[in-house]
Amino acid sequence: MNLDRRTFLKITATASGAFLLGIDADLLAYGQRSNRSANTLSPRPFLRIAPDGAVTIMAKNPEAGQGSKTMLPMLIAEELDVDWNSVRVEQAESDASLYGFQFLGGSTATPMNWDPMRRVGAAWRQMLVQAAATSWSVPESECTTHAGHVLHSASGRSAGYGELVAKAATLTPPALDSVKLKDPASYTILGTSPEGVDTAAIVQGKPLFGIDVELPGMLHAVIEKCPVFGGKVKTANTDEIAKMPGVRKVIVIAGTLTDDPVLPLNPGLEPGVAILADTWWQAQSARASLQVDWDFGSGTFQDSTTFEQQAAEALKQPYGQVVSQYGDVDAALHGAAKVLEATYSFPFLSHNTLEPQGATASFAAGKLELWSNSQDPASAKRLTAKITGILPSDVKLNMMRSGGSFGRRFVGDADVEAAWLSRQVGKPVKLTWSREDDMTHDNYRPAATIGLKAGLDPSGKLVAWRQHYVTFGDGKRTITSGGVGPDFPGGYVPAYQLGLSNSIPFRSRTGPLRAPGVNGQAFILQSFLDELAVAAGRDPLDFQLELLAHTPAPGFEVHPDRPSSLNPERMRGVLERVAEISNWRKRPQQSGRGFGLAAFFCHLSYFAEVAEVSVDAQNRITVHHIWAVGDVGSQLINPRAADNLTAGGILEGLSQMEQEITFTHGAPVQDNFDQQPLLRMRQAPTIEIEFRKSEFSPTGLGEPMLPPAIPAVTNAVFAATGKRIRTLPLKRSGFRFA
Amino acid sequence: MAITLSINKQPHTVDAAADTPLLWVLRDTLGLKGTKYGCGISYCGACTVHVNGRAVRSCKTPVGSVEKMEITTIEGLSDSETHPVQLAWQAVDVPQCGYCQSGQIMSAAALLANNSSPTDAEIAAAMNGNLCRCGTYPRIREAIRRAAGLMAAKGGAQ
Repeated sequence: MNLDRRTFLKITATASGAFLLGIDADLLAYGQRSNRSANTLSPRPFLRIAPDGAVTIMAKNPEAGQGSKTMLPMLIAEELDVDWNSVRVEQAESDASLYGFQFLGGSTATPMNWDPMRRVGAAWRQMLVQAAATSWSVPESECTTHAGHVLHSASGRSAGYGELVAKAATLTPPALDSVKLKDPASYTILGTSPEGVDTAAIVQGKPLFGIDVELPGMLHAVIEKCPVFGGKVKTANTDEIAKMPGVRKVIVIAGTLTDDPVLPLNPGLEPGVAILADTWWQAQSARASLQVDWDFGSGTFQDSTTFEQQAAEALKQPYGQVVSQYGDVDAALHGAAKVLEATYSFPFLSHNTLEPQGATASFAAGKLELWSNSQDPASAKRLTAKITGILPSDVKLNMMRSGGSFGRRFVGDADVEAAWLSRQVGKPVKLTWSREDDMTHDNYRPAATIGLKAGLDPSGKLVAWRQHYVTFGDGKRTITSGGVGPDFPGGYVPAYQLGLSNSIPFRSRTGPLRAPGVNGQAFILQSFLDELAVAAGRDPLDFQLELLAHTPAPGFEVHPDRPSSLNPERMRGVLERVAEISNWRKRPQQSGRGFGLAAFFCHLSYFAEVAEVSVDAQNRITVHHIWAVGDVGSQLINPRAADNLTAGGILEGLSQMEQEITFTHGAPVQDNFDQQPLLRMRQAPTIEIEFRKSEFSPTGLGEPMLPPAIPAVTNAVFAATGKRIRTLPLKRSGFRFA
Repeated sequence: MAITLSINKQPHTVDAAADTPLLWVLRDTLGLKGTKYGCGISYCGACTVHVNGRAVRSCKTPVGSVEKMEITTIEGLSDSETHPVQLAWQAVDVPQCGYCQSGQIMSAAALLANNSSPTDAEIAAAMNGNLCRCGTYPRIREAIRRAAGLMAAKGGAQ
């Protein structure tokens, strides 16, 4: 795929949902335009057909539970016209020259591959038809295909793909943008729900994951790092540790971290002490005796109480910069009949992938082989090549199934560490972080504090909206994934202003967490809209529908080339439907029990959700029911997997409501699940999900269901109790889940 | 020291310190990778195995404490991977990332061995120690109900 990576990863501040990891959402449209991307790929590397007709399809992207290892091959198999039961799926290795852009994140797998992967299948089908037509001396146009066979009905001839593949291999593949695609009405695979290709292996406990890799002669590694990010080793009792049972090597890592206070996503090799032993437990046990005198470095100032004070102070000051504005907000607020003001905040969060960070590396004779959980394998190759002093083309990267990624596995830190260690010791090395390592050296979801002010006219209409977003940075640059865009109601309120202040210093790594930016932004915006609806004496559903009926401000209009602009028709569609299935208009009003509504557009998809909760006298919240309606376009590729992913994303939203990472003396405080409550089964509500079909090209389900789940619940808590949750986690607003 | 273990009905003698967690003996000494490391403090359940039929967290079980006991891991749950819980898990297609699922399956199998038709509350109580970071809880619940049905049908036929 001929995408300029630098352009692709450019951070933009266009309208709704543009902060897909800093990916420009509009560029996602490339994947849906065959002439821009698909025609540069050869269909050949994507599949093999055996003489007996068995089809092996390569899954091009990394798999961490989002289902693309099943979904992407389904796209190829559909247009190839084979029986899904005859298909075997193999994980492709990382090779952009063969497979194009291989990436897990930003809900991009569907929008970027929907068109090209179907064309790969169709191109193969066309070659097989051509092979049959040539050998039968009949026109290709008289041939059809069905379930892995080419048919010529006029002569009654038929040949299996396996019989034709040798001849097809001699043909020149057609340009992908020239091939004809099926009428969706004739789909036999898309829209069905085959079992996940790894499900059988998972339920049997087969070794599939990065942590399961075993190489002959490999050493197991752990790395002790400074509690304060970036701190360096002054001295350590390495000689004593080297004598402990099973320990083969102890190495002080000076590291290559950048001094830049605003850390990039991949800031370099972190300093620390590596212990390499015959087994992981020996390495980890030896660590208990390790004594390190740390130079804590420049990050010791980090303290959550101070951050709160700094944010409160920043809210009193003018914006550092204006991100987006139109209309005269000051005048509109001045003339408003009613003005509401509120301050919201949300915390730093860890990713908590259940499989902790790790990687296995084998460096020998100037070449590196890596078994990696990376979400961005091309970047992992580049980073590990750099640290070992070789070329990216000398790195072979095996994409391993990951026990969750959620944005954590873009950093490549564990890949870099394993590669560097293998090069140092001249042996294969498997690095496995402990849970404590994982939670205290994460790339955290940035915290933010937000001041909001909005005005209503005498009839209760929203006339002005001002948002001051306070985050971390050096005053010019914002920390990674800490930015903000003008999400709805931006563009739909007559006067609007979004300001950013990014002067609070920070010196730990941050980065994207599932639905980056908007997982916090939706909570703020959809909660404050609920506050305004209440103040206006309007139903929150009507209040939002009425806003959506406004003519969008310049720059916010719907345009086919700009899918990152909110389409009000689609938003209205999911809102109205979720109101129907939840019986919103006839919801019972009773003390201690309430319903809340929220909707959000991000990652090119639309979700509206209603939560029903009850709250007891101790402020314990039980979420009973969530109704969710999504619009992800014209086709659900695998409906059962879509349902699973949607329920999971909603539950992750709930789980985030109880979590936080705080800092004291420069270091993160929480280090394991005893201090970081993840949602448990008893807390999971009944979830009803429906998808509203629309005419648009299909979009992804990694993220967009998550953001509205949080405000749906907090708005329901308000309906039940009259108390507004403006600060997360819940305990900081006096609530918790039962 | 040499420790003799009975794992999946096979005797194994391993050389390990007695306080080594069973989890790491299974994974690194015996190569049984199905049992997973998640937290090391018994909070996530990814490491769940059966010891004498009871679901235990192998990350906090010293290997020296389970000599002469019957240990079952996900690899030994059934002879041909046809335990009703595994079948139900496949039929419902429970996993997302899949990392927690062997622990979930071992907890569910232990529950159903003692209570063939658990209520939703009993399911939630028995599964409370198993975290699923991806949020497959609705499907785990559905799969346990289905497995209970499969077991009842099998019992009825006998």
